Amino acid sequence: MIAGISIYEILTVTSFLFFIGVYGFITRKNLISILMSVELILNASVINFVIINKYLYPDVLQGVFFSIFIIAVAAAETALAISIIINLYRQISSVEVKDTEIMKY
Amino acid sequence: MEKIIFYILAFIIIAFAIASVSSKKMLRSVIYLLFVLIGISGIYFLIDYNFLAAIQLTVYAGGIIVLIIFSVMLVHHVEMELELAKVSKRIIVGIASLLGLALFLVTIYSHEFNVVENSITTTTEDIGLGLLNYEAGGFILPFEVISLLLLASMIGAIIIAKGTKLTSKKNDTV
Repeated sequence: MIAGISIYEILTVTSFLFFIGVYGFITRKNLISILMSVELILNASVINFVIINKYLYPDVLQGVFFSIFIIAVAAAETALAISIIINLYRQISSVEVKDTEIMKY
Repeated sequence: MEKIIFYILAFIIIAFAIASVSSKKMLRSVIYLLFVLIGISGIYFLIDYNFLAAIQLTVYAGGIIVLIIFSVMLVHHVEMELELAKVSKRIIVGIASLLGLALFLVTIYSHEFNVVENSITTTTEDIGLGLLNYEAGGFILPFEVISLLLLASMIGAIIIAKGTKLTSKKNDTV
């Protein structure tokens, strides 16, 4: 744990990060920007897993393993989303959300 | 000393996160996201969890950011400016986010955490032994499932991003 820093301060930072991600997810109109906001949300949750493990249950490692799995899933998700975006750009020449109606049916 | 470093890191994370979701230029917002991720890896270094800090730097800052920059370069001009949402929508979403944040903070600060004072360093050896442990409480099954998931997503990404041949054949038959 960090000397002199309570768990409340770190959880405050991660809550801020999470809701900044939510704000970006709703207001952005570009598929790549939305993907970046999702990365912010995932990172906030990873920090929470690690911090709660370190501060409350320091003798086990479960939160540590879950953080590694979250990072692996996030990497897989980003790779797939980028490939879908590139394929979509080939077909409709745009990555704006309002032009994306090719997969709606 | 650690306190000052933590406050600097927290400021960097929050300031660049806000800049990242509100910047009008696409490439700049990706670079701001890079700074956020580097700040987060600094927090992992502070709590003596060096393995995850290294993972964060290599996978996120090295891999995902490069992938996103690559796709931005493929689909945008560098100078292109993003279209922002309507002002009314941004204000409404901002107020809703602030309400949710207030709810989170009230819940967190009203809860009493049983913090255990410690200074345990998580070594990479512990993590490896835990991940490959096949007894009760071990993580070998999710570890293998994650490796399969990464392989499947890699093949899927290649097929989706390459897919001209598949689609052109389909179009010929239709």
